[in-house]
Amino acid sequence: MIAVVDYGVGNLFSLQSSLKSLRQEAVVTSDPGMIRSAERIILPGVGAFGDAAEKLQLTGLDRIVLEQAEKGKPLLGICLGMQMLFEKSYEFGEHRGLGLLRGSVIPMKGTIPEGLKIPQMGWNSLMIKRNHPLLQYVKEGDCVYFVHSYYATDCEESLLAACEYGKELAAAVAFENVMGCQFHPEKSGRVGLSILKAFCEVPV
Amino acid sequence: MLKKRIIPCLDVRNGRVVKGVNFEGLNDVSDPVELAAFYSEDGADELVFYDITATVEGRRLFTDCLRAVAEQIFIPLTVGGGINSIEDFDRVLKCGADKVSVNSGALRNPELIREAANKYGSQCVVLSADVKRVDGEFRVFSHGGRQDTGLEAMEWIRKGVALGAGEVVLNSIDTDGVKKGFDLEMLQALNVDVPIVASGGAGGIEDFVELFREVPGVDAGLAASIFHYREVRIPELKRILEENGIPVRRIE
Repeated sequence: MIAVVDYGVGNLFSLQSSLKSLRQEAVVTSDPGMIRSAERIILPGVGAFGDAAEKLQLTGLDRIVLEQAEKGKPLLGICLGMQMLFEKSYEFGEHRGLGLLRGSVIPMKGTIPEGLKIPQMGWNSLMIKRNHPLLQYVKEGDCVYFVHSYYATDCEESLLAACEYGKELAAAVAFENVMGCQFHPEKSGRVGLSILKAFCEVPV
Repeated sequence: MLKKRIIPCLDVRNGRVVKGVNFEGLNDVSDPVELAAFYSEDGADELVFYDITATVEGRRLFTDCLRAVAEQIFIPLTVGGGINSIEDFDRVLKCGADKVSVNSGALRNPELIREAANKYGSQCVVLSADVKRVDGEFRVFSHGGRQDTGLEAMEWIRKGVALGAGEVVLNSIDTDGVKKGFDLEMLQALNVDVPIVASGGAGGIEDFVELFREVPGVDAGLAASIFHYREVRIPELKRILEENGIPVRRIE
């Protein structure tokens, strides 16, 4: 069973539907017991980092996710959920993340060339930096769907794939059992579904 | 590099897809779920569902069909039509929409844009404007393109973006249904720092090539009937765009 962590941010309809279409048993939950008993955990998220990190802390689910990740359970952060895996973020001030991955999250504004629209919204192609089971069905140049105004940096240790948006931005990351996608696999057509499938197949 | 998006638009009434020429003379085309699956497989980058029903029962049929589409189709879905309140945003987002487009509702109450952007994020709020030339200026029309609001279009759109709209759909009433190309002049007049979707006038593949070549600030091209009647197939359209040096998402 996959636990999709529900901490009150974002629309989980598509994520649930896409896991269902892969015939995966997925439960959207904020119950620590359910998250502990799940085989895999997905940390979703849209919106602002500080707001989401605060909600995760208020619900106490940050500790449960950390505890389970440290036990070696496969964890996938999606979009803001991926950003929260890092040590810190500079979105409207400085916020502490879960610290499961080395690196920090910074705004595009002022750090990518001017003239590019922010957020990056739309389909961009993946440049694969390192082979990993999460991307086992993905080919160089496959397109996935992004919506974000911030990105992870100083994350060479975990970088699996990047996309080009004025400069190379982290698109997929993994270190041991902790994985993340900056893009939305649940909105990325067949390529996205194949990434979710690969996550479901990562050995526990 | 970010790809230019191709977006089929499905006008839905009582759970069925329709398309009119110059917004009139509607006739039934197909089943939304079937058509959505077809487009997704064909390589559509996003789908827009436009609810043109005015009744409560029609609204329910619309959200039923939206839910059925969102359960099977895993590309971004935008919903528009009859969005007048935060409750309307909530209703369609719960059924699987990713973005919600506002038109007449925002003209009546511009604060709706700000409220929705604060609640769901700007990426979720699309400002759709029906624009027509009147007395030498671009004028915004409401009520499905029937009523002149007297507002200058580019000013209104910039205001909408300032209020929090994260994307703009610019639909030219002058070229809609005419099939002689997008309204390049109107699109060139629009300058905002959020994605721009061009709508109205696509008649063939060449029109998309011209659009992306002549108006680099446009991020996506939207059309309905040419896709519904299979006059243009998306794989061929994307192949030709790519041959012309326009970045697109190709799927095998």
